Formats: sequence, C-alpha cells, structure tokens
Amino acid sequence: MDPAPPPDSPHAGPAAPPAPELLARRRFLSRVSIALSAAAAAVVGVPVVGFLLAPLFRRSPQQWRAVGAADSFKLNETVSVTFEDASPLSWSGVTARTAAWLRHDADGFTAFSVNCTHLGCPVQWLADAQLFLCPCHGGVYNSDGAVAAGPPPRPLPRYPVRVRRGQVEILTSPIPLV
Amino acid sequence: MRRLMAWLDDRTGLISWSKWALEHPVPPRTGWWYVFGSATFLAFLLQVVTGIALATAYVPSAGQAYESLRFISERALMGHFLRGLHYFGASAMVILIGAHVTRTYLMGAYKFPRELNWLSGALLLLLTLALAFTGQLLRWDQTAVWSVIVAAAQAGRVPVIGPELVKLVLAGDTLGGQTLSRFFAFHVFFIPALVFLLVALHLALVLRHGISERPTPGEPVDKATYRRRYAELMAREGVPFWPDAAWRDVVAGAVVVAVVALLALIVGPPALGNPPDPSILHAYPRPDWYFLWYFAVLALTPNHLETIVIVFGPLIFGAILLFMPLFNTGERSVKRRPWAGLVVFFIVFVIAAFWMAGNKAPWSPDFEAQPLAASVVGDTTAAVVRGARLFHDKGCEYCHQIGSQGGKRGPDLSDVATRMTPDAMALKITNGGPDMPPFVSNLSPDELQAIVAFLTTRK
Repeated sequence: MDPAPPPDSPHAGPAAPPAPELLARRRFLSRVSIALSAAAAAVVGVPVVGFLLAPLFRRSPQQWRAVGAADSFKLNETVSVTFEDASPLSWSGVTARTAAWLRHDADGFTAFSVNCTHLGCPVQWLADAQLFLCPCHGGVYNSDGAVAAGPPPRPLPRYPVRVRRGQVEILTSPIPLV
Repeated sequence: MRRLMAWLDDRTGLISWSKWALEHPVPPRTGWWYVFGSATFLAFLLQVVTGIALATAYVPSAGQAYESLRFISERALMGHFLRGLHYFGASAMVILIGAHVTRTYLMGAYKFPRELNWLSGALLLLLTLALAFTGQLLRWDQTAVWSVIVAAAQAGRVPVIGPELVKLVLAGDTLGGQTLSRFFAFHVFFIPALVFLLVALHLALVLRHGISERPTPGEPVDKATYRRRYAELMAREGVPFWPDAAWRDVVAGAVVVAVVALLALIVGPPALGNPPDPSILHAYPRPDWYFLWYFAVLALTPNHLETIVIVFGPLIFGAILLFMPLFNTGERSVKRRPWAGLVVFFIVFVIAAFWMAGNKAPWSPDFEAQPLAASVVGDTTAAVVRGARLFHDKGCEYCHQIGSQGGKRGPDLSDVATRMTPDAMALKITNGGPDMPPFVSNLSPDELQAIVAFLTTRK
C-alpha cells in the first residue's frame, strides 16, 4: 500500500479510448523509438566496452633486457636484478620496473620470478639459509625454485635468460600469476 | 518570500513533493536502530565531497600519483586532514553499512514487500566493498602495488577465465601505466555513479513501502494481509518522518561526522609507504583493516581448499545476499528466529577472530629477527654459541621464537629440549615438514650438530 500518492500532476489523462489505427500507429512508433535508441546505445557502447576490455586483446611485445655483465655475478650466488618492461608507457614511472632473482651456478644462469606462486607477493632470498621466503604467508622455496614448505602450489616461475656479448639478458614476460 | 516559494512550487512541484516525502508517516517508536541507513548515506556523501576535493590535486598517473599524494599530505593546505577524513569516512561507511544490513536481517525487514529494498541494499554493500578496495589502491605506494598483484593472483585462480581476469585487473601483462588510471576511473566515476542510482532506487522503495515497523513476536508477515495491516498501523499511530524520526538520523549523522573528523585530526591518514616500485623487494603487503580478516583467511585455509575458498567464497557470499529475499514471509522478530541471531553472532565472531589473527599475522616470517644476544643464549660453550648464531643465519629464527625474539610461524623453541631429544631435533631439521623446509642440503653435519647443541640447552 502506498503511503500516499504524490501530488497531482497538472496534466489530464487521455480522455476517450483511442481508435485502433491510432493504437497500431503508437505501437509502431514505440518500436521504432526503441530500435533507434538501442542502435544509438550500441554505437556508443561498443567502443566503450571494447576500450575497457582492450587489455584482453593486446599482447605486449617481449624484449631481451640486459641486467649486468655475466662475469659480475659470482658463482653459486643469487642476487636481485631489475629490468624495465618491454615497452613502458611514458607515464609509468617506477611501476615499469620488474625485479627477478638471478642465480649463477654450474648450469649457468637462472632467472626466477619474484612473485610467490601462492598469491604473488615478492619472495626474498636468504643467502645463508639458501632459501626463498615469502613475507605474506610464509611460503618457502629452495635455491632451485622448488617449493620447500608452506602454501605455494607451484615452484617459482622462471624468465627466459641468455648471455649475449658478455651481458646477462632476461626476456620480459607477462607477470606469472597463473 | 512566500509568493516566491509558491511560484517555485507551482513550476517545479519540488516543494510539495519534498514536504510529502519528508512528512510521510513512519511507524512509531522506531528508535535508534533505524539510523544506520541514513548514516551510511551520509558517510557516502562525506566521501564524495572529500573525494572531489582530493581529486583536484591527485594525479591518477602510475608514475606520479605517489608524488601527488606526498604533496597532498605534506604541503597542501589541510591536505593531511582531508586525507584523514576520506580514510576514516571510508571506514565509517564500511562499518555503518555492515550495521545497517545486520539490523535489517535481524529485524526481518527484508521480508515482503521489501525484497527489492534488500537486493538494492545488497548491491550497495558489494559496491561499498569495491570502493573500499579500489580506494586503498589509489594510495599508490608499495603496499598498493602489491595489493593489485595479490588481487590479480586471486583472480587468476578462477577456472578457465583466470588469465583473462588477471589481464583485466592489471590492465595488461604487467603492472604499468594503465593499471592505476583504470582503478581511479572505477573508484571516482563508475562505482559512485552506480551507488547514486541504487541509493535513489533504495530510497524510492522506502517511500513506496514505508519504513518497516518494529517486529512483534507472533505477528508473522502474510502477503495477503501485511499491506492492509501496515496501512492501518500508519493511520492509527503513524508519525511524520520529519521531525519525529528524522531527528535521530540527524544526531547520528552529526556523531559520525564528529568521530570521523576527530580521528582524522588526532590519528590522521595512513602513512604513505615506500614508492610504488615493484622492484623493491623488501615489501610486507598488508590490506587496510577492513580486509585484514580476509588476508588471514587466505593464510589459514588448508592448501588443498584454497582455490575453492578464493573462487567460491565470494560467490557464496553473493548468492546468500541474492537469495535471502526468497524467505520473504513468516516471523520477523529475532525472538522467533533465534538462528538469525546465531548467524549474526557467528559471522561477527568469525570475522573478529580472523581479524585478530590477521593483525598478528603469526604465519608471516619475521624478517627483522636479530641474532640472539649472549644473555639469551646464556651458555658460552663454543658449539652452543655457534649454534645460536646459525639459528639466526640459517633462517630458523625467522619462523621460530626463542625467548621473545623471532617469528611465530613455527613452534616456539624456548623450551624445545623438554619435549624433543637431540636425535628427534636433528631428524626434524634435516627432513622438515609441510610448513618447514628440509635443511638436509643447506647444513653441513657440524652445522647441524651446533644447532642441535644450542637447542638442547633450551629448557
């Protein structure tokens, strides 16, 4: 039950029941109006929705980024290196930077993602313990990235890495969260 | 003046409509329980006003937002205070909408004919949480950046479309220039616009169905008779909303503004952390208080259930909100729905427990742990001293406490020798466990011996 009707509007309602031709005309006009509005909404809506979904259709280019001279990384050590995304937008500032844990051992160089496979937090390398430890929920990885303990479901992902003209290079990649 | 008003009303109809809306009859004796809705809306308006002010100086650019926030906090006139108002206003909005939905549920006010009041309110609750989350990210420091990544990682757990969701959250393959501006647009344009629309609908429905009367045990809602009974109650005992009931809303609103302003002045906004540089790896991401309990849920869920909780938890929460109005008849009073009280108690208890756990975060290793002092070690035998040092250096202390030092992720080892033999200790250290890495390849035999020698003195 409505508490009370709003005050009367000054318009009077339709007086006599309209003729059938008039009804048909009204039906036609309302259909045309709805179709026109839908078309206009689509003209505006498609680019807006497409613009918002654009990240799905865009593949960022990949690029090899030098992170330091190969002989500057001591054998059997793991250090953090920083490199820039493949084609950062000019206003990205520091957010265009990515870090990786670079290990140098008898097999050559391995670049581990810093993102814990549990929920993406940045793992930290404990050199004395030879372990990666995650500050969020305590995931632990061995020096080869294998899960040693805690919640992580998968080993630390790796970035492609190579040595060119004495420089260690890492291939920029999508952030490995899945 | 009177003629001017009459002219305005004749041309717009707004004055008599407002009078009608303000003086519509409401049930008598509604009391203080009914103020949370208007207080939530007031908190939202506070957010709009302070948000617009902040937006005049904030630069929604991934590379510059941090600097503009420092400008607002440190140099702009009253910028610090404004940020505080916006932060505590957000907290108030979250708390008040929680109180409002709890009140509505406990009093059965979502029952016939107010099912859509509930649904529009449920959407407003979800939008409020979305505002809270996106707002936390706009404080574009190191924690915000890692919050985006953690959110994306959760989205990535969704089956099939996980990778696509990650791209949509990050606005690309990695964090970058587009990430922040999208969150900004959602936080300041899209979500608030939806909130305004839904609040308009919510209030229109309140006017249409009237404010629910206080429930009386033994008077169940019956679709055939409820509307007539409500109309009779209004005709018999109804009082005009303004001022008979509205004065309490005004008092509650004034209290909300006063508390928010005091907190903004005394406590101030959350400090800006490190810059939003994803290559700074010394990060300890923590959500703001309203999501701290969920951070704990994610830490404490058994591993094999995790994806289910991350993906289906929010879906189940949404489904419960959505399907609540299906139970739209019957008793409203919580005295005849004792389980409703239990449900609320249970939810509040669980969230509070997880919240306290999240506040302590015992599962997080203590990266600040310092080597144990000689006074704590208390033994000068060479092996014991060396073992104590290794206990720190090999990372044991990040997770295990000795005395008052060290992490709380693993068991406290202050008196471990009273419950484990040296052999058992060596075995545990070598092999590890589900939450402890095996140290077999990381410790030489004499290092292991030294650590066991040290632990054997802990009793």
